[in-house]
Amino acid sequence: MTFMPRLAAALLVFLIPAVLLAPFARADEIQDINGLLKQGQHAKALERVNQYLAQKPGDPNARFTKGLILAEQNKTAEAIEVFAALSRDYPELPEPYNNLAVLYASQGQYEKARQQLEKSIRTHPSYATAYENLGDVYTKLASQAYDKALQFDSSNSAAKNKLSLIRDLISTSRPPTASAPPVAMAEAPRPAPATSAPPRPAEPKASAPAKAEAPKAEVKRPRVQEGGEQAVLQTVLAWADAWSQQKVETYLAFYARDFKTPKGEGRSQWEAARRERISSAKKIEVGVESPKVAFKDENNATVSFRQAYRSDTFKVSGRKTLVMVRTEGRWVIQQELSGS
Amino acid sequence: MSTRIATSVVLACVAFGAPSTLSPAKIARIDTTADALLATVFEEIVGGQVDSALQNIEGLIRVTPNFRLAHLIKGDLLLARARPITTFGAAPNVPEANIEGLRAEALARIRAYRERPPEDRVPRYLLQLRDSQKYALVVDTRRSRLYVYENDAGTPRFVADYYVSSGKNGPQKAREGDEKTPIGVYHITASLPRQKLSDFYGIGAFPINYPNEWDRIQGRNGHGIWLHGTPSNTYSRPPRSSNGCVVLSNSDLEEIARKLQVGLTPVIISEDVQWLSLDDWASERNSLGKELEHWRADWESLDTDRYLAHYSGNFSAPNMDLDSWSRHKRLVNGGKTWIKVKVSNLSMFEDPGKAGLVSVTFDQEYRSNNLSNAVRKRQYWLREGEGWRIIYEGTA
Repeated sequence: MTFMPRLAAALLVFLIPAVLLAPFARADEIQDINGLLKQGQHAKALERVNQYLAQKPGDPNARFTKGLILAEQNKTAEAIEVFAALSRDYPELPEPYNNLAVLYASQGQYEKARQQLEKSIRTHPSYATAYENLGDVYTKLASQAYDKALQFDSSNSAAKNKLSLIRDLISTSRPPTASAPPVAMAEAPRPAPATSAPPRPAEPKASAPAKAEAPKAEVKRPRVQEGGEQAVLQTVLAWADAWSQQKVETYLAFYARDFKTPKGEGRSQWEAARRERISSAKKIEVGVESPKVAFKDENNATVSFRQAYRSDTFKVSGRKTLVMVRTEGRWVIQQELSGS
Repeated sequence: MSTRIATSVVLACVAFGAPSTLSPAKIARIDTTADALLATVFEEIVGGQVDSALQNIEGLIRVTPNFRLAHLIKGDLLLARARPITTFGAAPNVPEANIEGLRAEALARIRAYRERPPEDRVPRYLLQLRDSQKYALVVDTRRSRLYVYENDAGTPRFVADYYVSSGKNGPQKAREGDEKTPIGVYHITASLPRQKLSDFYGIGAFPINYPNEWDRIQGRNGHGIWLHGTPSNTYSRPPRSSNGCVVLSNSDLEEIARKLQVGLTPVIISEDVQWLSLDDWASERNSLGKELEHWRADWESLDTDRYLAHYSGNFSAPNMDLDSWSRHKRLVNGGKTWIKVKVSNLSMFEDPGKAGLVSVTFDQEYRSNNLSNAVRKRQYWLREGEGWRIIYEGTA
């Protein structure tokens, strides 16, 4: 079971006049700091955001950015402090709850993560990221419950998840290509949530069934667009990764049972050729550049990208399209097409 | 998503809506047990109140942290929020066999909740309790249920019922190591405290007298059939999981233990409890009671033929068959000028394993011109044709 929490990268700054009135220079500064963060210059980014906060201690955008930096530095406890304080000061914002949840999840505290995500959704019923994360947290909690039901020891798997989460933080802090970049969101203040947000369940506590029903309808579309895309991209990256590391069996496991071999040869024949080719190379590097995901439906997608292949003997770069299908909750490759 | 899980549980309930001798839910006691909470959760799932169901199942887990079935349901309720689930116990990548026991437990518990023991009927086995027998236990291996009845001035009154596990190979124990639960009339023979037991038996154990006289006549063997508790790592065990013992959760056993009397409390194990109206029960009891009185009077009459007419052609006693028994009785009675027989503390329990077989126990005070004694006696009476015959007699 994969666990891919999404950290909200951008703070949507509605209802905070102080930020809206801030000079452009200040907004640019936050933008720059976020740029540093993306480039992996964490220490520098932290220094700059601390300087900024020395002048504007309460600035939610800067505080949010600081939380992100700390999270990427694996300073989980400090990051939790930052986001917890933000969610206390701005209980109407969904993002700090979401990020708190991701950080709790990284510590294996799934119950706390669940509470934060539920708060996040209560604040902002159409917040797709929180739904995606909540789905993962529910799955994780379910898995823990099943382990207890079947008397399996789940302590080891918790540790494993923690590791994968830390890695995921880096890739997921960049929003998926489909959504607008964070800066744009920060610059374009949204209208008040009362008008923009879809109606939230009337009384979250009063009527349990209503609460359970309402979010489902809303979550349907975003799941495919954002979470689904994320899952497909993760699969493609993992596929390239297995190829690069010459883990042949892992690599082959990315292909569907009914994979259409390029020349129509038999599956075992094709597998043998791939095994030979991949394991004989001294070194392989496969890069996936500017991937684009297109969904035919929930379970069928194509991913197009520029594939940069480089081995000790050979170097080539070209368009590649993977026809992908989701079976048993997992994306696999059904067909590989080269050229544009 | 929530509707998917609801459907599967509905199906489970419907599957158990089959005709039954038990009446539909009419709760005879105010119930704060795990079963009641579990039943609430199921009702909420069926009614679409998934959030409330999750809260309740979490509450149940707080009370009984090792209740594996509750964790399974919690898993389903959570997983159903993340993706559609199609079955009860939807844990991915788990062998069916591991889930099967928990599913069976869920069905047994739901069924017990839906089909309460009928209030105006009694298990047919409890024909007569002696005054000092305060309670009787009746086990139904098919329903995985143990019913406690109180001796209310001679009439059995329902007190409570509990989920139990029994032999992994089913009922009708016959051989050592067959991992089956015996069917028959037994009683508690000892109380083994926790300190003398391994954790496997939980908070205590109560051995019963398998094999009893009838079992021995049938050539059944084996030993060590107990009522006992549950290991500390689990609240309960699947319906068919023991080596033949009747297993209760520790909290349930604790509740029952206070009521048990060593050497007295009957434990009647059936495959499928049959119930009688109080009228039918009373007439059955009177029919055999009269026969017993005739037997006593005929013994006193010194008419040995009339006395021996109460014994079946298949009769046996320890080291005797009907012929040797008859010779012996004729010889003894020949030396008597008078006999007085007093029967007291009578109990009569019908055997669930054989129609018309009744285990009868009483204190017998025997006086005569040349010999007097007092023994506790056990007889097995069998309905033969229109009447009753003694098929076994010995000391209890």
